[in-house]
Amino acid sequence: MGAALALIFFYAPLDEDGLNQKIFYIHVPIAITAYACFGWGGWKALRHLWKRDERADLESYVAIHLGVIFGVLTLVTGSIWARYRWGHWWVWSEDQLVLFLVLFLFYCAYFMLRYSLAPGPQRENLSAVYALFGVVLIPVSVLAIRLSERFIHPVAFDRGGPNMAGSQFLTFCVAVAALLALAAMLYHLELAGKRLDERLRELREALQ
Amino acid sequence: MSTEEKYVAAVYLVVFLVLLAYVFIIALKLQRLERELAELAELAVKQREPDRKAVAVG
Repeated sequence: MGAALALIFFYAPLDEDGLNQKIFYIHVPIAITAYACFGWGGWKALRHLWKRDERADLESYVAIHLGVIFGVLTLVTGSIWARYRWGHWWVWSEDQLVLFLVLFLFYCAYFMLRYSLAPGPQRENLSAVYALFGVVLIPVSVLAIRLSERFIHPVAFDRGGPNMAGSQFLTFCVAVAALLALAAMLYHLELAGKRLDERLRELREALQ
Repeated sequence: MSTEEKYVAAVYLVVFLVLLAYVFIIALKLQRLERELAELAELAVKQREPDRKAVAVG
């Protein structure tokens, strides 16, 4: 993260967007990380349903939890950028914004579903099926900007590759790697805490 | 500080604060788990003590 921040503030040149462009280096990698977390949660849900992997349910839950946190950050950082650039906190006519919000709310509802059911195989299976449905929304959300005819949201990548200078692209790649590494670290930390909690509960039941 | 700088600072501050809050919550949870582990270790020792006394008397 330190290297990414150093590149963002001391190496990457400014373009016509001015200093405001520095937001791009954190907002887009956070959005990519949110998509990656939701995708990982979907993959673990599939593992749970397909291979009956006992650990996969908890791993799917933790990945989606982190995805929602990065989703909140995507929406907040995007809104701050939009307020400065467009003069509005939110633009309902923008397909990519609305589709990301739909994806985010869909995964927020995952927790409502999960905690409305008693712990057990039924909860694990329904949560896994729900998480898999959400994965379908990810490519729709990513491709929305390209499917839309009329948009004001900037396009960083198109068929010709990245729409930025080499140094900007390098900074962007380092920022994406840093955010993904941070998410992986937080994922393992939260997962270790949840597993420890589960083991302690079992130990308490055995001792009492 | 210009308006542009304020918006950039706000974005990075929000990201930092949200991640800090997340790490803080995880740290609180780990503290609770540590306390529970200590309680369980104490409980395990207490449960073992009567057995030892029974063996010594018998």
